[in-house]
Amino acid sequence: MKTRYTYGGDEHVYVEMDEEMSLEAFFKSLSMSNAVREADIPGVTEICPANASFQVRFDPDVTAPSDMLKRIQDLEHTADKAEKRLTTRIVEVPVYYQDPWTHETLMRFRERHQDPNGTDLDYAARINGYDSAEAFIEAHHAQPWFVSMVGFVSGLPFLYQLVEREKQIQVPKYLRPRTDTPKQTVGYGGSFSCVYSVRGAGGYQMFGITPMTIYDPRQEVSYLRDFLVFFKPGDIVKWRPIDRAEYDRILSEVEANTWTPRVAEVEFDLEEFNKDMTGYNAKLMEALNDA
Amino acid sequence: MTLKIVKSGLATTIQDMGRPGYFHLGIPEGGAMDRLSMRAANMLVGNPEDAAGLEAVFMGPEIEFTHDASVAVTGAEMPVMVDGEPRETWTSFTVKAGQVLSFGFLQSGARIYIAVSGGITTEPDLGSRSTYPIGALGGVDGRAVQPGDDLPVGDAPLVAEGRSVPAALRRGPANPAELRVLTGLYWYRLTDTAGKQFFDDTWTVAAEADRMGYRFKGGRPLEFVEREQPFGAGADPSNIVDGCYSYGSIQVPGGTEPIVLHRDAVSGGGYFTLGAIISADMDLIGQLQPNTQVKFVNVDMDTALAARAERKATLRKIREELA
Repeated sequence: MKTRYTYGGDEHVYVEMDEEMSLEAFFKSLSMSNAVREADIPGVTEICPANASFQVRFDPDVTAPSDMLKRIQDLEHTADKAEKRLTTRIVEVPVYYQDPWTHETLMRFRERHQDPNGTDLDYAARINGYDSAEAFIEAHHAQPWFVSMVGFVSGLPFLYQLVEREKQIQVPKYLRPRTDTPKQTVGYGGSFSCVYSVRGAGGYQMFGITPMTIYDPRQEVSYLRDFLVFFKPGDIVKWRPIDRAEYDRILSEVEANTWTPRVAEVEFDLEEFNKDMTGYNAKLMEALNDA
Repeated sequence: MTLKIVKSGLATTIQDMGRPGYFHLGIPEGGAMDRLSMRAANMLVGNPEDAAGLEAVFMGPEIEFTHDASVAVTGAEMPVMVDGEPRETWTSFTVKAGQVLSFGFLQSGARIYIAVSGGITTEPDLGSRSTYPIGALGGVDGRAVQPGDDLPVGDAPLVAEGRSVPAALRRGPANPAELRVLTGLYWYRLTDTAGKQFFDDTWTVAAEADRMGYRFKGGRPLEFVEREQPFGAGADPSNIVDGCYSYGSIQVPGGTEPIVLHRDAVSGGGYFTLGAIISADMDLIGQLQPNTQVKFVNVDMDTALAARAERKATLRKIREELA
């Protein structure tokens, strides 16, 4: 893992912890972006953590770009020493896999897909060596996920699965992006899952849909009253498969503002996790039983 | 006191200087694409420079005034009329209650900025009135203006008519336009030949050019340095592990058509970026029409900072001129 520092024009410093994705790179990026925030460097206006990198936006009239880069660089040792541990929360997100709405959409954009004759799920299952879409869906929701980045548009979470690299699902993005994706589609691209927070363009494969609102600009949904965006980096997510009847029920409860997601506070320790991933995940998911 | 929208034009949105601070959640800064023009329009009518006004692209709206107000139109060149009588751009004028402000056909540039004394006072979201339709923030209920809207306006005294920004202090793109680029970010992904080609070729603005980003076409495809793709990046050589995008950053999906992200940028994604347009030239992009020829010019950080200082000096001179 070799950190790379570069400029994005005259107003951004971009720091990449590693070219490839890993939880180690994510933790270092999160620690370092926190260290930059705490350092309170004059002129810094935005700090954006991403999967294995982060970006600092600043006013070069306040701190010159070369000084800004150097001051950020000086914080790397702090990040290296930081404990790879988080106090965070696990959230259960209901997912209706193989739903009619993403199905209608994926059929509409079939000519932009690698496999024009199948569905996104059939394709993803096949290229990842699963016998059926059902077995693939099981792999997608059996183990929890880590929110490693929030962005693209309006509070969209990118999630990375808490499993050994050889068990990671990998799928390419659409050959050409779609111009439409249903709101709250559960998507997949590279080694990341995502939830499309709003309807719009998208290039990720579509596996299902959640009835859970995750972005509410009017802040009327009960669990989004304090802030319009639900997810933040470091959140842990457990997908729970649901059927049409349950989807309809939850959706009507969300609309009536009587539904809230199951959430439990948990500790996540990267070293402990690395020793026994499945055992560690089981404990994380147990926390949801009391939620 | 309201502005009655009679016709809305193509995509007329309320904009101010944006909502910095939420890009880490995928909510872009937004605000006027051509910031200098928006600031100048506000100065002309005696508003704070960051007051909210209207940004109209390619086609002007038609607006009926319910009160007397000072108005200024800056940015692109487009005939301005009050009850059919011509008015000057970049110059303050009065519109009386009951009169209608309208526009002719676009002559040059792409976006006009309309400031009204008192500023537009719709409800701000996250500290700004700027319209961000994807996230349903700002504007009129999170959207562009529509016929029938009544836009609330603040109470403010009228200013003298005929206050004007001297022509030398107005700034628009040349033809072909030159956009200065500071290379960096994932520049190393391109071969030396591809890097040279990017600056040698003449590009044209594609039809897909909006507040989120401008796409360019017409240059030769860019080749990438061969490598085994890093885990999590995706198979295409233009893919990276999804990271943050800088405002003004230039991505080239598949190595074919560069996209420059602008004020309503997506905050991140999985395409390599070769560098970014310098901050001083961001305003110019907002005035580019589709099919305009563009040359990207390779500059260093010192040049970028000198250009930034020059733009600031221009704004200062406009302030002094209108003080």
